[in-house]
Amino acid sequence: MEHQAVESIDLRGTPCPLNWVKTKLRLEGMGAGELLEVLLDDGDAILNVPRSVKSEGHRIIAVSPVDSGFRLVIERA
Amino acid sequence: MKSKERTQSNESARATEARAEDLKAGGFIPQRQKSKITVRCKAPGGRMTSERLERIAEVARTYGNGTVHLSVRQSPEILYIDLADLDAVVRELGEAGQEIASCGKRFRVTTACGGCEYNPNGWVDSQLLAAEMTNRFFGRETPHKFKTCFAGCVIDCPRARDTDLGFHGMVEPTLVPDRCTSCGLCVRSCRDGALSTDDEQLPLRDHDRCISCGDCIKVCPFDAMIPKRIGHAVYVGGKHGRHPHVAYPVAQFVPDEHVPAVIETTLRWYREYGNRGERIGDTLDRVGIDSYRRALKSVVGDALLAAADLQKPKWRRLFYRGVVDAFPPYGDVGGATGESDGTPGCREH
Repeated sequence: MEHQAVESIDLRGTPCPLNWVKTKLRLEGMGAGELLEVLLDDGDAILNVPRSVKSEGHRIIAVSPVDSGFRLVIERA
Repeated sequence: MKSKERTQSNESARATEARAEDLKAGGFIPQRQKSKITVRCKAPGGRMTSERLERIAEVARTYGNGTVHLSVRQSPEILYIDLADLDAVVRELGEAGQEIASCGKRFRVTTACGGCEYNPNGWVDSQLLAAEMTNRFFGRETPHKFKTCFAGCVIDCPRARDTDLGFHGMVEPTLVPDRCTSCGLCVRSCRDGALSTDDEQLPLRDHDRCISCGDCIKVCPFDAMIPKRIGHAVYVGGKHGRHPHVAYPVAQFVPDEHVPAVIETTLRWYREYGNRGERIGDTLDRVGIDSYRRALKSVVGDALLAAADLQKPKWRRLFYRGVVDAFPPYGDVGGATGESDGTPGCREH
């Protein structure tokens, strides 16, 4: 299932918790229901960021592996 | 006139006696400095209002030397209080709702971590339990000091596993297959090798390895991994001090509502079998762990841990490395046959 994201941010190479801070800031500038694509490193990043996204009430609609990490599609709450 | 004086003197003697008993029971600790005492303030779970904290600071400035020590078990202690000012100190603290803790051979103020209220890792409300259990049992006399502790999860920051009677939260995950997209994050998040992927790319959980931390639930982006049950692991007999003793793990997934009965039963057993001046860990070693397990069984039922449980990877990893091997074997106390929801080696989604 391919989701067409409105915005995209590549946070591979950005450490925790800065990757979450940047994700959060980008989401804040978007409208409810819009989609954000985030590229994250494997390891701590992909284990921590989705958890924070969920706790802020946003919905994750896709997680898939990409080059040296993961692609996350978030629907802004 | 003379008789009146005698009465007064008797009263004064009684008052001194009562004061000495109060001192011991009441959380007043004699200092190295003559006629100076440390006043230990009650703060279950290390939590208090800022108003109480301010009052403690005021009292420390007015009656002490302006310093406060945070005890290892989360109690603020006001230093350098003059014995003569004790009543005033107690009264002024009391006006702000600040009670005094205790020392000696009794149920002490319960310690706890932040718990599930605001700590992202917690699964149980350790703060609420610490407050409620302190209200219920504080000051009850026991053969020796009796410390309790609530941790919100298996990380066990406040060290329930080093306590006379300790509890830590645990969660059993279960999969809602319809919601799972096979992203694999849960398998990656598991630090205990309890999750693997089956032929249909769904996560498969090994009951014997899962330590009930709940990381897989928290990481799952789709709420496909959810809590099936939440409860407490129970440990008894732990202590530090000059002769440290590790606690025995005795039960798992004990629900909140059974916690008071677990404490009540443990206190009753300890008061029945414990010698004066003997911590419960030593009583357990002398009398036998199965005597206690039998008593606990009546409260926790199938949540009681059996010898077979301790041989499973989960308990060997949840507990101090190598210690389980040194335990006296847990005997059959009637009905405890290990986990109620799985046979050894059982795996499920």
